[in-house]
Amino acid sequence: MNKRASWKQLLPTLGPGALWLFVFTLIPTLLIFYASFLQRDPHGWLGGPLTLENYRRFLGLTSEGFDPIYLRILGRSLLLGFVTTLVSVLIGYPFAFFIAGSPRKNLLLLLVVLPFWTNFLIRVYAWIVIFQRKGVLNALLGYLGFDPVMLYPSWTAVYVGTIYTYLPFLILPLYASVEKIDWTLLEAAYDLGAGRIQGFWHAIFPQTLPGLVAGVLLVFIPAVGTFVISDLLGAGKAILIGNVIQQQFGASRDWAFGSAAAFVLMAVVLTGLWLYARWAGERGMEELV
Amino acid sequence: MTTRRWLSLHGALVLLFLYLPIAVIVVLSFNESKYGVAWHGFTLKWYRQLLAHTRIHPYVWNTLIVAAVSTFVSTILGTLLALGLSRFRFPGRNGLLFLLYIPVVIPDVVMGVSLLLFFAWVQHAVSALHLGLTTVILAHISFQIAYVTLVVKSRLAGLDPSLEEAAADLGAHGWARFWKVTFPLIAPGIAAAALLAFTLSLDDFVITFFTAGPGATTLPIYIFSSVKRGVTPEVHALSTLMILVTTLVLIAVQRVQTRR
Repeated sequence: MNKRASWKQLLPTLGPGALWLFVFTLIPTLLIFYASFLQRDPHGWLGGPLTLENYRRFLGLTSEGFDPIYLRILGRSLLLGFVTTLVSVLIGYPFAFFIAGSPRKNLLLLLVVLPFWTNFLIRVYAWIVIFQRKGVLNALLGYLGFDPVMLYPSWTAVYVGTIYTYLPFLILPLYASVEKIDWTLLEAAYDLGAGRIQGFWHAIFPQTLPGLVAGVLLVFIPAVGTFVISDLLGAGKAILIGNVIQQQFGASRDWAFGSAAAFVLMAVVLTGLWLYARWAGERGMEELV
Repeated sequence: MTTRRWLSLHGALVLLFLYLPIAVIVVLSFNESKYGVAWHGFTLKWYRQLLAHTRIHPYVWNTLIVAAVSTFVSTILGTLLALGLSRFRFPGRNGLLFLLYIPVVIPDVVMGVSLLLFFAWVQHAVSALHLGLTTVILAHISFQIAYVTLVVKSRLAGLDPSLEEAAADLGAHGWARFWKVTFPLIAPGIAAAALLAFTLSLDDFVITFFTAGPGATTLPIYIFSSVKRGVTPEVHALSTLMILVTTLVLIAVQRVQTRR
């Protein structure tokens, strides 16, 4: 990678892919941005003139006064993202050490990857079977002599489903960091008089940070943007920013407002990523795959 | 070693959490009872009904056609991109990398609606690209290409540069060097990338949901509408078969990767 390439070298390798990305990634992204300043026309399509109305509506500035319903929904999505990420870290962090210290690493890794590759809808649906009124959980509670609980549909179900879906996204990159830990640093810390907690905090934790931060992003981003989990486990009553976007492009057919909501979500995510990229660089971006 | 014991207990609980839902579906697919979760005896009748259910067959074909075509195209485009990105320095390289990361990092729903908007816009302008299998395939390539590129690129980064230098010293240049030296070295990486792309396509619901028109129903779309309408036990059988296929593909990927 140390020579400046000529067009003859670049065109056959980068040409087709770059063109594809330009047409099917860059243009659609720019279109969303453009459409967010348009308005819905009588046929459910988009028309001018350019307006800030969609963003004003998103911020809750309506003609009847201030009603921040969409900001509240965005807040709810961010809360789901934060809680899911936090719980996933609490569950996943020790688990990554468990895999790394096990003699059957490869089997355990396969066991983590398998649910992650099992069709996402099937996994979400399974929680309906578990949580529904006459589901697995209530059968178990009844057997143990407890009263049934009504967890489907509920926000609890949405939270459990989201954590369940994205937990492997945290474990895998984190494990990659844990596996590479240089344990001699811990011994050195002990030799220098560090206690167990101090030793972990100064000698081990910093080494896991690259995987941890990559994992946090990989959980947070899809959790904030989900609409399927809330749609299925909340049975249409749990509304997140993803559901707003889906509804505007679906039944409500206000693509202009939907584009504004999509752009807000994209801006939130890209801001986080930009901060991450500045911190982690190109190698760090590769950890995200 | 109490820490180790705590870690093992925690590990067992996490595995239970990860596998409980999957086990529930698999067990129910063999359950005699049509309603509820009570066990009424073992049966294979849901599998028989699933196979006899000819309505599902086109969905299987659609899913496989989309996955096969999109994987083929994205593997070629992605491998070429990875080669160019790791071999050459050029102005706009960071911009291209940024573009490449967009499909990996933006939420599915945003990518789905932006492609929907794009296809609708093209349709308005030149009355081409009506929503159907073609738009689904184009959409799938657009997210697979990023994953393929990044997987192959990391493989190229781990390559010993002296091998290619030696080939150059012996007079192999350009495409000859690529086919004789570089390609065999990165072939396992390309295979792994292609399998990843294939599985991503098989599994995708959100992007397909926004870019599929009538007649382009794939299995995930069918499962979604079944879940919304109320699931029949055939869907449990279908899910179990899909879990089986995924497991086999994954084991194949692991074999390919560990062979190096």
